[in-house]
Amino acid sequence: MAEMTTDLVRQPAAVLAKAMAEGEVSSEDVTRAHLERIAEVDEQVHAFLHVLSDEAISAARAVDSRRAGGEALGPLAGVPLALKDVLTMKGVPTTCGSRILEGWRPPYDSTVVERLRAADVIILGKTNMDEFAMGSSTEHSAYGPTRNPWDLERIPGGSGGGSSASIAAFEAPLAIGTDTGGSIRQPAAVTGTVGVKPTYGGVSRYGLVALASSLDQAGPCARTVMDAALLHAAIAGHDPRDSTSIAAPVPDVVGAAERGDVRGLRIGLVKELGGEGYQAGVSQRFAEAVDILTSLGAEVVEVSCPNFEYALAAYYLILPSEASSNLARFDGMRYGLRDGDDGQRSVEEVMALTREAGFGAEVKRRIMIGTYALSSGYYDAYYGQAQKVRTLITRDFAAAFEKADVLISPTAPTTAFRIGEKIDDPLAMYLNDIATIPVNLAGNAAMSLPVGLAPEDGLPVGLQVMAPPMADDRLYLVGAALEAALVDRWGHLLIEEAPEL
Amino acid sequence: MTTAHDTIAFADALKEFEPVIGLETHVELGTNSKMFCSCPTAFGAESNTQVCPVCLGLPGSMPVVNRAAVESTIRMGLALNCDIASWCRFARKNYFYPDMPKDYQVSQYDEPLCTDGYLDVTVETDAGPREFRVEIERVHMEEDTGKLTHAGGATGRIHGADYSLVDYNRAGIPLIEIVTKPLVGTGELAPQVAKAYVTELRDLMRALGVSDVRMEEGSLRCDVNVSLNRPGDPWGTRSETKNVNSLRSVERAVHSEIERQAAVLSSGGRVVQETRHFHEDTGRSTSGRSKEQAEDYRYFPEPDLVPVAPSTEWVDELRGTLPELPSARRARLRAEWGVGEHEFQTMVNAGALELIEASIAEGVDPAAARKWWTGELLRIANDREMELADVPVTPAQIRRVESLVADGSLNDKLARQVFDGVISGEGDVDEVVAGRGLAVVSDDSSLLAAIDTALAEQPDVADKIRGGKVQAAGAIVGAVMKATRGQADAAKVRALLLERLGVSE
Ligand SMILES: [Zn+2]
Repeated sequence: MAEMTTDLVRQPAAVLAKAMAEGEVSSEDVTRAHLERIAEVDEQVHAFLHVLSDEAISAARAVDSRRAGGEALGPLAGVPLALKDVLTMKGVPTTCGSRILEGWRPPYDSTVVERLRAADVIILGKTNMDEFAMGSSTEHSAYGPTRNPWDLERIPGGSGGGSSASIAAFEAPLAIGTDTGGSIRQPAAVTGTVGVKPTYGGVSRYGLVALASSLDQAGPCARTVMDAALLHAAIAGHDPRDSTSIAAPVPDVVGAAERGDVRGLRIGLVKELGGEGYQAGVSQRFAEAVDILTSLGAEVVEVSCPNFEYALAAYYLILPSEASSNLARFDGMRYGLRDGDDGQRSVEEVMALTREAGFGAEVKRRIMIGTYALSSGYYDAYYGQAQKVRTLITRDFAAAFEKADVLISPTAPTTAFRIGEKIDDPLAMYLNDIATIPVNLAGNAAMSLPVGLAPEDGLPVGLQVMAPPMADDRLYLVGAALEAALVDRWGHLLIEEAPEL
Repeated sequence: MTTAHDTIAFADALKEFEPVIGLETHVELGTNSKMFCSCPTAFGAESNTQVCPVCLGLPGSMPVVNRAAVESTIRMGLALNCDIASWCRFARKNYFYPDMPKDYQVSQYDEPLCTDGYLDVTVETDAGPREFRVEIERVHMEEDTGKLTHAGGATGRIHGADYSLVDYNRAGIPLIEIVTKPLVGTGELAPQVAKAYVTELRDLMRALGVSDVRMEEGSLRCDVNVSLNRPGDPWGTRSETKNVNSLRSVERAVHSEIERQAAVLSSGGRVVQETRHFHEDTGRSTSGRSKEQAEDYRYFPEPDLVPVAPSTEWVDELRGTLPELPSARRARLRAEWGVGEHEFQTMVNAGALELIEASIAEGVDPAAARKWWTGELLRIANDREMELADVPVTPAQIRRVESLVADGSLNDKLARQVFDGVISGEGDVDEVVAGRGLAVVSDDSSLLAAIDTALAEQPDVADKIRGGKVQAAGAIVGAVMKATRGQADAAKVRALLLERLGVSE
């Protein structure tokens, strides 16, 4: 497979893993190819905040030598991966896209990193993100925006724009993202890649720097549904260090991705997630995908989730409330930035100056909203009401899942917008997550996968599949079937149509 | 600045006002590991060595509830006759302070684990013991903060310090907080009731084995709420005195706050709702933050933890593990020892029950055990300003001394010297006896020699005795006792003396 070595970076993880298992290529070769690609294109894309060149090469060599020694390795052994900079990795800078954590090297591995190491996945580096995962464009990173490989003037989505851009730019075949309101799925949609938010509690949050604890969930980013399934299986499962993690077997996501079958499956079209406010090309490609699913043997039904209307409002009370508390610890006392400590100022002044200097505008905005919403006298009207809405949304999902096995919608109302276009209009930015947020509020599972390019701008459109809690396998059943049908139609993955960098 | 007008005498205060008191008591649980991580809780380790990402609140770390801490809290709740919640949550109490790694404390807010209990306490009065029922509002769990040390500056407080050091070894140690309902009707006994309540809590926790309550290590901390009202009036505005960390201080804090508020009210002033800081050295408190400018803690349910939902079976199982509680034990001991109420209360107040019980278990005669612990050893404890339990004398040593007294080798006076030696670190009982040369002189010939010497030195006294003035014998006996450094049996000396002079009583 001589031609493959010249084209290693364009291969899916499953193909690379198989080639390595069969001795056709080494992990060191694969890793070097990706590091070279990063060196070549990341100046334009800016997906990475920190590249672990030496560490990745030596980890790859270790995998190669164990493989040479006849050791049986896992299905992703030797495959490189990009890690969102919100997960701790021992000794490696973790900034969460914020100045306030500049220079902090965590003394411990997150559970996700521990499991990646156990799976012999090679971690290439840490990817850019909106500061503390607050944003839908990666423009809120303190270290400059990431650019969309489809069009460098456009956003790669957010908050995990670095992770999605890295796989769309062929800098890594796999990436880890985190999804609080769509931060895996919306970047996947606008970069023509696959992203999955597992069921809340499906993947351990230990070592994931919390934005909103009750909403955050780490998950896989990839270019194919099968690759996402392999990564999902590698990182999921109960963790005693995260008491919100679910003590139950991980759904058979890889098996489902292998089967890829929607025959007899009831697919619910969520009435409230579509129509007005959705870009024409997005609606068009979504409708075509629905037709394909029907032609593949699925039974498509319309369902209504009336309380989704209040999801965005509830989300923007719950998230800032939890975030205001989660981000309190960044006070300059123990790690990261400390500003204004001249030996004269009081501890309160140093804390205030540090936070003033260390946090960006969006973070400050949400801390203020959250602080207000939790204040005595306002709690019931804001946080309390939002929690009630959350319960109603969960009930809407439960009712919808009585009528359908999975639900679908466009992932985002628009394709990738231009950098700078919405930066001064927070509400317009927030509306980008209108279709992804209900899932986080209810805690169930969802996937975004590419279903074509919008005719008006030639940019990728994503379709969202939503499954009940702990039925993550259904995402892969639908995703793999739809992906296979689309690849049949196009002759290749959508990502192959991305312009050369 | 304290002036004579800042307070009015306690007795006068109580003529005019009725106190309402309330106590919030925080105690470190004696679990091996912290509330939300597996770090050890041992006291006295080098600073910041018993820490991990969780109790340091490092970004990304997550808490997991220590089941042993929940168990201890439920047992405490059961012993306090509380209802145990079948479902409750932790909450975050948000405020910025450098001793808090996360700038919020994980505590319980409106969903405590235990609610609505009571504890009966007894205080000694001139009219005999009086019992009060202290109603318990709630018992809940929370994590402790780190410990700040302020260097430089005059006050030892954070303001004005040159720099401050933080030890996070204490951060995350499980605390139990026990909150009383407002307690009315204690009148002039309010300070004693407060002290008796905290003492009873301490004993209860020790009996349950949920904490050994090391007061000197700061493992028990009290906040004391006091308000005053004129009879028939609604309750007054309360103050909350923090930093009350010993049994004696609890009593003093209530006492001094009653005096202070009475002075304010008597002079037509208004008591401010505020937090006050108690000072061990002066026994007085100073004003802290007033509630008008109090912080808003923005409590909300801790999203990193799942609810605590103890099953009925588990609670029943824990109920079955409750030992004999202190009040029941006291009733039993008093009956077993057959002592009067007043005498028994003296032993309780001295903190002597366990010590007497242990001594009896060691084989010491019950009366002798009571005599030593409430007599000489208590006197030594008071002299040295230490707790009776901290007097370094063991039941085995008491037994040894008693056996030496029983066989006539020691008398009570010598025995006291033996204890003095033991406490002064001169060794075990026999070593002190040997080292100090303490033994009753029972050898007749050496006693007779000493008597003859004394008679020769005081011939006029000798004549008086010979002449029948037997009461003059005391001077000679005294001289002999002095010569033998107290090691003689005085009665025996007297008998020998009279025999020597041929006189009878
Ligand atoms: Zn710890």
